[in-house]
This record gives sequence, C-alpha cells and structure tokens, in this order.
Amino acid sequence: MKLLQLPPAELRRQLAGAGIWMRTGPFSLKVQSRIPSVVTGLTELYGQFEVRSMKESFADFHVSVNPPANLRRWLRPQATFSFDGLQPFKPLPLDQAFPILEWGLNWCVSTQAHQYLIIHAAVVEKNGLAAILPAPPGSGKSTLAAGLVLSGWRLLSDELTLIDRKTGLIHPLPRPVSLKNRSIDVIRQFAPDVYINPASHDTIKGTVAHMRPPRDSVRRQHETARPGWVIFPKWEAGAPATLTPRSQAQTFMFLAQNAFNYSHLGADGFRVGTALIDQTDCYDFRYSALDEAVATFDRLAERRTS
Amino acid sequence: MNVLSGHLLSRTLRSPDIVTRFAISEWDILVRQARAAGLLARLAHRFSQHGLTAAIPAVARWHFDAADTLASKQQTAVRWELQQLRAALANLDSPLIVLKGAAYVAASLPAAAGRLFNDIDILLPRERLKQAESSLMLAGWHASGLSEYDKRYYRRWMHEIPPMQHAQRATVIDVHHAILPDTARYHPDSAKLRSRAVEVADLPGVYVLAAEDRILHSATHLFHDGELPHGLRDLTDLDLLLRDAAVDRDFWPRLTARADELQLGRSLFYALRYLRFFLDTPVPDSAMTSLAKRAPNRATLALMDRIFTRVLAPDHASCADSFTAAARLAAFVRAHWLRMPAHLLIPHLFHKAFISPYQRTPKPA
Repeated sequence: MKLLQLPPAELRRQLAGAGIWMRTGPFSLKVQSRIPSVVTGLTELYGQFEVRSMKESFADFHVSVNPPANLRRWLRPQATFSFDGLQPFKPLPLDQAFPILEWGLNWCVSTQAHQYLIIHAAVVEKNGLAAILPAPPGSGKSTLAAGLVLSGWRLLSDELTLIDRKTGLIHPLPRPVSLKNRSIDVIRQFAPDVYINPASHDTIKGTVAHMRPPRDSVRRQHETARPGWVIFPKWEAGAPATLTPRSQAQTFMFLAQNAFNYSHLGADGFRVGTALIDQTDCYDFRYSALDEAVATFDRLAERRTS
Repeated sequence: MNVLSGHLLSRTLRSPDIVTRFAISEWDILVRQARAAGLLARLAHRFSQHGLTAAIPAVARWHFDAADTLASKQQTAVRWELQQLRAALANLDSPLIVLKGAAYVAASLPAAAGRLFNDIDILLPRERLKQAESSLMLAGWHASGLSEYDKRYYRRWMHEIPPMQHAQRATVIDVHHAILPDTARYHPDSAKLRSRAVEVADLPGVYVLAAEDRILHSATHLFHDGELPHGLRDLTDLDLLLRDAAVDRDFWPRLTARADELQLGRSLFYALRYLRFFLDTPVPDSAMTSLAKRAPNRATLALMDRIFTRVLAPDHASCADSFTAAARLAAFVRAHWLRMPAHLLIPHLFHKAFISPYQRTPKPA
C-alpha cells in the first residue's frame, strides 16, 4: 500500500513505535521517529511511496530521527539522526528534523551502496535517456532539476546519481527535491501548484525546503535509464540559455572527483566512469530563465531521439 | 556465560552452514550485527570459502558485495602505502616493521581476508622516532586533528607518537616504539619483538613480527584498549592467526613460553578464553593448562567474564542487555588502569570528562 493510504493517526503511532517499512528506489528503509515535523514531512512528501507492515523483515537501512537523550532538550530542543545505533552527525536544532532525515538517508546511500558508482549530481530522464547535472552547490542544479521534472522530465534523483556497475544504467532514487534559499521562491513562481514543505531556516545550507517528487517519477522508480548527457548548469543573471560542448576527458575528471565512492571502487570505478562518458554528450550550460532552460533541454532530447 | 555467545554473528562465524536455514528476518539481524562489528566483508569471504554465496537472499546480497568492494580496495591501498612508507623511511638505519592489519596484508595471511582498516601501524626503535617523524613529514604525513593536551599526552606517556595523516591521500600512520605505553603495568621488551621480525617475501625491506609475537600483540591490544568497537573483529583476526600458525607442531608450547617471556601471559589467557567462547577456536587444553598460572583469581575471572562477553559482542542493540553499558564502562576504566598508574590516570580521566568535550578535539587519544 501507499503511505498516504495509512490513516494519519496510525502512521504517527507506527513511526513513534517500531517504525515503518518503506521503499525508495532500490533501497528499503525502516524509519522511526517521535518528532511531529518528521511525521508531517513523510506524510506530505512520501505519500506515493510504498509502505509495508513492520512484519516485513528485511530493510537495507534502519534509521531514526529523535531528540537526543541529553539535558539540552529542556533548553534548546534538538534532533539527531541514527543509522542503526550509529550517529554520524552532531544533533541539530529540532526545526531541522526533516532535512536531517533527508541528509541522513543520502549519507547511508553514499557511504554504503558501493554496488553503484555514486556521483554527486542531480539526474533527470526523458525518452529513456538521462541527463546528469553535476555542479558545485549554488550553481542552480537543484533548481534546474526541479524545473525540468515539473515540465515533463522524470526525476531520477536531485542529489545522488546511482550508476549500476554491472550494466552502466542509472537507477532512480526519486526522493523529495531539496531546494535552498532563493530557489524555493523561484520554483513556487514557476509552478504555483507544486507542494513544497515548510522551510527550515539557518541550516548549514541556509534555508532549506523540500519539493514533493512527481507522482509519475515515484511510480516508475524501478525503471532504469541510459546515460545520455552530462551537463554542468550555471545560473547567471540575465544570461540567455546557452549550451557549450565541453571536453569528455575534463568531464570525466570532474565526475571522478565529485563521485562519493570513485576511489573505493579502484579500477572498476575508472571502467564504469569512462564507459559512462563514452556514451554521453557533455556540455556547459548557462541560463537565467527556467522556462528557457527547459525548452533547451527539450530540444536536446528531441535531437537524440529523432 | 552462555546467553551472549548466542548472537547470530558469532553463531554464523562458528558454523557458516546455519545460514541455509535462516529466515529473512535473521538475515536482517545478521547484516546489521556484521556491519556494526566491521565484519561484513569478512563474512562475505567466509561465505564464498564455504560455497554459501548463493544462500545469501537477493535483497541482502549487495551489502556483502559492497563491503567486499571496499575491503579489496583497502588491501590494494595498504600495499601501495607500505611501498610509500618504505621509500619514505629508506634512510632509517632500522627495519620497517608493520603491525596488525597492515602486517596481515603484507604477509598475505588468512587474517587479511575481508579486513577493513583505519590506519597503518608501524614499530620502530624509540631512538629512531625523531628521525622517522621528520622523514615522514618530508614525504607528506603530518600530525593532525589533535588538541594540544592530546599531543602532549602522546609524547609524554604513550608508546606511539601522535597519529600522522598524509596531506593528499589522507591515510593515517601510527608510529609505535612499543606495543604498550611506558606507563603500563606490563613491559614487553620491544627489542625482543623486533629481534625476531621476519622480512616479507614480496615486499623486500618490509618486516612483520614473528607468528607468536603477532598473536601476542593482537591479544594484548584487545585487552588493553579502552574502547572496543571492533572487539569481535579483532577476535576473528586472532582466530585466523591461530588457526594458520597452529599448523606447526610445536606452535602452542612456543606461544605460551613466549607469552611468559614478554610478560603477556594474562592477555593471552583472556584472548584464548574468549576465542573459545565466541568462535570455538581450537585451543588445546594443554595450552590452557600451561596458562592457568597466569589466570586471575576466580572472583576476578567471574567478573571479567561478565564484562568481556558483553564488550566483545557486536556493538549493536540486538546484542546488548541491561548490563552492556556498564560493562563497556568497566572495560574502559580497566584498560586505563592497566595503562597508567593512578596518579596519572585520575587527572587524565578528569581532563577527558570535563575539559576535552568543550574543546575542538576531532580525534581524542
């Protein structure tokens, strides 16, 4: 059944108790939390995801977000992420409980799932081909990815590009899209109907909110995609949407440096990375207006399929 | 002391075949215990040795594959680092002796299989430390991430200099001049250890301790270290080292004699006792008999059993009972007690409890 089919009181009860079993892309989770904002966040953003009863006995990641057991909870309430008893981060203010869950899940995948080459990049798909959008924070990669998936592209991931080491195909992990600072309003204006949850302020990444992933992307979360492009977006005030081809070799070096686990895979990382580059067109992309950017991407997709 | 040896991970390590009868919920627990204990990759290797890889259910398989990927990469990296270390310390008028995990890899021992690493430990004569430290700094390693208190503590009291991290590769080297701190209750003679070191065949210039000494060092480390997040992993190291070395007919008498010579009989006694308990390691009764004189009195032993059957189990909620936290604290205090006399220990623990938490100290001593 889908998470939204669980009555809210029942969801709250289960989350506070043993937790709920949930599937996101190739991973199964058991999530446990007593914090109301985490329950709300899951309800609003993960409604389309498959949940099962806790009798489901195997989960890849057993995670929880709860107030830490220390005296500070009486002064300044906090939340802490735990991966099966291990706390990889320091507790943060309670207001950030839902982003902590999202960051924690990203941490689990990027530190454990070495069956993939994991690149720090957003990735979207159209007509079976994936566009990988790696870029440093602040370059507008999440904004562009959000704009694209609200315009007919499929969300594979806004943060973690999972490349199957055996097949070279990209596995979707279409969780909520993290939006930061100004891009929250940009996306609200671009698509007034889209659901974005209440923002958490003063996080290490500034103001953070999450956008609900499109229903179709979640429904197709087991459908892999072939790498088509590697495109480095850069938002620049007033710039017309411009694609400039870039060197494959340089692109490879950038991907290797920005992969979470390239060095862990040894020679196989090189093999998977070069095979990826061999089948993709690589571009730098400057843009200012989101609709213009989407039109440019649509033309790219048509050109490759026609 | 029977309940705690019953956790799934020890049972699986003792007799891997039982996994063919595991329900999926047991695989869930096994993966979690093995991850907490740092033993996923070793378990993957054990399954493959016993032809049990196909018994791993599809949903659980990637956990073992991913851990195995990481372990293989680390083995390659350790070999590479050893070559770098050998080059960096080439001018040192003393053999480069590698300890623990890196030694198992260097010597291609069964204990290398599925082993994960945090750092590389090397042993040098005390009078060579200064020179070695400068050479390592020239090659890119530097002391990092410690508070001034911790640095002073290392230099003044410890058997090693502060850990050095490589500026580019981020690998960490621990340079030791002994296997226990100067302040410790027992003083195994480092010169005796070094004198029997053996050169590694395919890494000329790199040495490892003799078989008995490797085992004694591993045992000593296990029973003198305050925090034991990977106690069971270290026990499996010992299990593999012992099974490998015991092929020699005179091995056991040699081991117990050497333990006496190095003042490490008590540590060996405990190690063998808990190896039998957790892993069914084939330790002959004659070895236990000859170590009986090193055993503590019955009351102490009963207490130690309560402590070590808990702290050597995987650090996972499914292996804990209501005494586990107390047992971990007791092991911590005991280890410090053995490592330092009271007039040093009390101020040190005071600093650790009330001053260090409020300073920026990425890696405490």
